[in-house]
Amino acid sequence: MSDSMPQPAADERLKTESFGARLMKRPELGAIAGVILVTIFFLVTADPAMFTLSGVINFMTPAAQLGILAIGAAMLMIGGEFDLSIGSMVAFAGLFFGAATVTFGLPLIVAIPATFLFAALVGSLNGFIVIRSGLPSFIVTLAFLFILRGLSLVGLKLATGGSTQLRGVRDAVEGDPLASFFSGDAFGGVFAWLAERGLVETFRNGAPKVPGIPVEIIWFVIIAALATWVLLRTPVGNWIFAAGGDANAATNSGVPVRKVKVGLFMVTASCAALVAIITVMDAGSTDARRGFMKEFEAIIAAVIGGCLLTGGYGSAIGAFFGAIIFGMVVIGLTYTDFDQDWFQVFLGGMLLLAVLFNNAIRKRVTGER
Amino acid sequence: MTEDSKFHHGDPAATVAPIVEMKNIEKHFGNIIALAGVSFEVRPGECHCLLGDNGAGKSTFIKTMSGVHRPTKGEILFEGRHMNFASPRDAMEAGIATVFQDLAMIPLMSVTRNFFMGREPTKGSGPFKRMDVERMNAVTMEEMRRMGIALRAPDQAVGTLSGGERQTVAIARAVYFGAKVLILDEPTSALGVRQTSNVLATIDKVRKQGVGVVFISHNVRHALAVGDRFTVLNRGKTLGTARRGEITPEELQDLMAGGQELAQLEGSLGGTV
Ligand SMILES: Nc1ncnc2c1ncn2[C@@H]1O[C@H](COP(=O)(O)OP(=O)(O)OP(=O)(O)O)[C@@H](O)[C@H]1O
Ligand SMILES: [Mg+2]
Repeated sequence: MSDSMPQPAADERLKTESFGARLMKRPELGAIAGVILVTIFFLVTADPAMFTLSGVINFMTPAAQLGILAIGAAMLMIGGEFDLSIGSMVAFAGLFFGAATVTFGLPLIVAIPATFLFAALVGSLNGFIVIRSGLPSFIVTLAFLFILRGLSLVGLKLATGGSTQLRGVRDAVEGDPLASFFSGDAFGGVFAWLAERGLVETFRNGAPKVPGIPVEIIWFVIIAALATWVLLRTPVGNWIFAAGGDANAATNSGVPVRKVKVGLFMVTASCAALVAIITVMDAGSTDARRGFMKEFEAIIAAVIGGCLLTGGYGSAIGAFFGAIIFGMVVIGLTYTDFDQDWFQVFLGGMLLLAVLFNNAIRKRVTGER
Repeated sequence: MTEDSKFHHGDPAATVAPIVEMKNIEKHFGNIIALAGVSFEVRPGECHCLLGDNGAGKSTFIKTMSGVHRPTKGEILFEGRHMNFASPRDAMEAGIATVFQDLAMIPLMSVTRNFFMGREPTKGSGPFKRMDVERMNAVTMEEMRRMGIALRAPDQAVGTLSGGERQTVAIARAVYFGAKVLILDEPTSALGVRQTSNVLATIDKVRKQGVGVVFISHNVRHALAVGDRFTVLNRGKTLGTARRGEITPEELQDLMAGGQELAQLEGSLGGTV
């Protein structure tokens, strides 16, 4: 509460709230606690190399790729809807982007906006069907999960004459001025400078072991910050919470709920397109399995981050940490003696814990008991 | 009965043109006829009470006025012009604010966020345009204090408020934004004695400022305390409109019960209804 306000007198019916109790009301608390727990776990069990600079970059890269999707999914979940088609959307947008650059030879300045536009259109189609029919988004986007995956396969075969992999993206975008924003590492100069002064680990030849920060991590951080700002500080953010909390009450209070929801579907699809562009340029090719199962991982990261399945509550910062937990567990297990396949067990366990925890939090916030 | 009211009733100048005029409004939900041709008007500076039994169609009627429902038939004139509100947002922009019977509040959101939902004040410009959170909090606390409720904190979730506190937030919000017309659908149903008089006094105050008030209530005393005109709905139709002074509380009460005799009941309850 701002202290610029005249406070008549301290309320005798208000117990002073401990710092802990205030913290408990933050939606992202669970995810932050999770990051700490997972860090402790790997500090004890994993090879110390995991927490060197290159180790951190190693697990932050998959975390960022998932996190970009998870932040979109979290915003949509706060707005009261699901999108199960984001994983397939990654493959579909990847195909579109691959075909644009390789088959049609378009420069990135055309191909990238076109890919975003195309994804946003598909997202808005999802949104329109959900809004118009009043069906649960779960079922509508489940249909698109299959439709988009199928179209990606068919389209790839058409574009390549029978193969399910489209190669040659790297050659096609070689030397394009926009390429450095969507592939490779950022701040290479800074790392080279640090290496010269021996401040970061180097190879024998003096080159830094970490040549820079992968661009997806930069995008991940920017998107998390932007989403948080929108959710907490702008009218649109208020509308997203309202639309998810009670769409009817929000409409009656003057919130343009339909526009907000369709817009959110466009945002999640655009997040998928961004991940598609980054990963396709990184790999130099696109294939039909790109983004497989990512919709579930993104939703799990959002839930670990404090989003309620019923909508109206959650945070982008939570999804940010949820995705980092993910990356740490996937990559972290390779630094330990554990069987890799524990990953799935871990994932399910985290999800269950998060849902139980969030449920308790919601009851606290709304005062129901 | 009119003289026992503590509020001053100027003549709501019958010459003043109505702000909102609803003509022969019909509303059908599938095969259910909720409204079968209701006409109604509100003038600036008057409090027009809408009364009637449960299920008479009062809420449905005011929802067509505030843009929630589109009338199946009939026309709406706003300040003399034909109006077709496509959404509650349109109606709000025209200066109509409503306290809905279900309050239209989001339990998981804070009092402040609920208060300004749909019309958040901003500061800054361009990409740095953001909600003016300090002002929002200050206004919310102040408006709630005026209604007689000392909020503990503006960031408290609405779900943790008591029923009456919640209702007061909805009323304070509508009063704050109701520039031309204020619609109140049973606003006092959960309120304490002090808060009820506050709400009635507020209705009187905004009416004097020239706002047209539509007030729905099941309580004859509350209606008579502030009402200038009384329209009674029964089974989707109007039973008629009376000016204050033209009708006794007993007659009004009978009309509100759907025209059925309440005498028998009143007798057995010792005239306390
Ligand atoms: N969305 C809807 N679909 C179908 N029927 C409806 C709908 N809304 C209202 N009705 C019907 O219209 C009639 C009038 O309802 P309304 O809510 O307007 O009554 P009311 O006068 O406000 O009653 P109360 O005093 O109990 O609030 C009721 O019979 C109700 O069942
Ligand atoms: Mg009603």
